[in-house]
Amino acid sequence: MHYLDFEKPLAEIEGKAEELRAMAKVNEEMDIEAEAKALDAKADGLLKDLYSKLTPWRKCQVARHPERPHCQDYIEALFTEYTPLAGDRNFADDLAVMGGLARFNDRPVVVIGHEKGKDTNSRLKHNFGMARPEGYRKAIRLMDMADRFRLPVVTLVDTPGAYPGKGAEERGQSEAIARCTEKCLQIGVPSVTVITGEGGSGGAVAFATANRVAMLEHSVYSVISPEGCASILWKDAEKMREAAEALRLTAQDLHKLAVIDRIIKEPMGGAHRDSESTIAAVGATIAAMLADLEDKKPADLIKQRRKKFLDMGSRGLAA
Amino acid sequence: MNWISNYVRPRINSIFSRRETPDNLWTKCDECGTMLFHRELSDNLNVCSNCNHHMGITPRARFQALFDGGVFVEVDVPEPVADPLHFRDQKKYPDRMKSAQKNTGEKEAMLVATGEIGRTPIVAAAQDFSFMGGSMGMYVGNAIIAAAEEAVKLGRPLVLFSAAGGARMQEGILSLMQMPRTTVAIQMLREANLPYIVVLTHPTTGGVTASYAMLGDIQIAEPNALICFAGPRVIEQTIREKLPEGFQRAEYLLDHGMLDRVTDRREMRKELITVLRMLMDMPPPVWGDLPAPTDTPELPAPDAAGEK
Ligand SMILES: [Zn+2]
Repeated sequence: MHYLDFEKPLAEIEGKAEELRAMAKVNEEMDIEAEAKALDAKADGLLKDLYSKLTPWRKCQVARHPERPHCQDYIEALFTEYTPLAGDRNFADDLAVMGGLARFNDRPVVVIGHEKGKDTNSRLKHNFGMARPEGYRKAIRLMDMADRFRLPVVTLVDTPGAYPGKGAEERGQSEAIARCTEKCLQIGVPSVTVITGEGGSGGAVAFATANRVAMLEHSVYSVISPEGCASILWKDAEKMREAAEALRLTAQDLHKLAVIDRIIKEPMGGAHRDSESTIAAVGATIAAMLADLEDKKPADLIKQRRKKFLDMGSRGLAA
Repeated sequence: MNWISNYVRPRINSIFSRRETPDNLWTKCDECGTMLFHRELSDNLNVCSNCNHHMGITPRARFQALFDGGVFVEVDVPEPVADPLHFRDQKKYPDRMKSAQKNTGEKEAMLVATGEIGRTPIVAAAQDFSFMGGSMGMYVGNAIIAAAEEAVKLGRPLVLFSAAGGARMQEGILSLMQMPRTTVAIQMLREANLPYIVVLTHPTTGGVTASYAMLGDIQIAEPNALICFAGPRVIEQTIREKLPEGFQRAEYLLDHGMLDRVTDRREMRKELITVLRMLMDMPPPVWGDLPAPTDTPELPAPDAAGEK
């Protein structure tokens, strides 16, 4: 288990309980169960306490937790017959973006998402979920196909942002993002998005311009990272706590602002403590959002999506 | 069509921009260090006469030089909710707004207007880098939507001059939402078959580049303008190497196929007129210093405005 800095006291208690149980395994004479159970209860209480009042910055940390379920986990558990489709037909296949055909509750769909990877090797392979222009262009191609064959589009967003690299800029990062957002707005099929971890800036919105957008309880969605914002506005990257607060990047604030439609509850202690139930809850929400859009005509889907974004922000926090 | 109806008066506009600045001030070119007489500089559209460096220009000065006779009508932009997030960093957002308004004399970071250029009716929008770095928030989004709606209503092309450091951080996620919002605006133009020309000026970066500023039918940039999604410093920190000379500048983007043209600001008006009249299937413009047409009494005659 990877512990976040604010989880240190929790790590100590859980560590002690684990130690006791390990000792008891070796020495059968020892009766530690009562003590271990007391520690468990203490840990439970502390976990509840910590997670019932996560600050925006702590939510950023939870959203970036390395053991949080990622795109691949969701696709494997929630979709069948997943058939990855690769490449932008122009330059490369961007492994920061997964996507292809799959069935969701037996219905064929196109699924697209950012994959961050789960260990050093796979993180490098997936470029930490930071897409290059090819990733957006692959997504455009897949959305086009979905539109032609009348398949709903499901996107799973989890990215620190678009990759700030030399080649990415030379190959038109901005144009690729702009066109991807544009494509999201053009397709005449239902589109639903779940922000599962980090919704980082333009790299996220290019996938999240959908008819319905949901966020996991402790995920974040922001125009800039708190560190980036702090270094610009506070001239000090260490002011990320203040920046996270000011940016209103939590699912709860974004729901108040009517930027997202639904919040998906996470298990106590965050998605990384119970991937299985998190994934199931995400699946149920995708099903519900798709059901909302069933039987809608292509023109109405496009109209609804446009109006949703045109109206956005008109009431501020009072919404 | 009457030849006079597409007559172009190229020189009158300098009269109007001249009024804005005092006569006896000098500006130092931040590129070559030459001291430039203010009036001379504004007559030259803020382009250094020594090294051709393009300095910043306000939307108002640009429009005065762009539109026939310097005459344009501002398009109303719906007012968004002020300070939608109750944002504060070291300063409160409303205080930052107030000081930007005081410093620029403008309400916000974008100006939208209708008028004619070389007798070609257009809608134009220009972003004001001097107003909080031209940053894109709800107002800029509303301005672009208003510009597109006006263009569709009047059946005119839209010319947009971009200049921005990126999103308005003080509006958080709502500034990010201007990417899809402005993209919807551009789709309205496309569906109405109206040309949308983007003129990218220094600097155009971040979310602005990744939305309306990259979706033009024709993409023109001013010389040496920095145009990018991620800024050079961020990239250097990420890849830990020095970037090549001219990286992310207009000419570099042109070489990499990201732009149609790089055009000197002093030639921009002529180029826009030429291109727009072709796209709108209008007869070619008549260039040169000809007498004012008599059928447009609302425009001051060149004589009345005075020649140099
Ligand atoms: Zn100079």
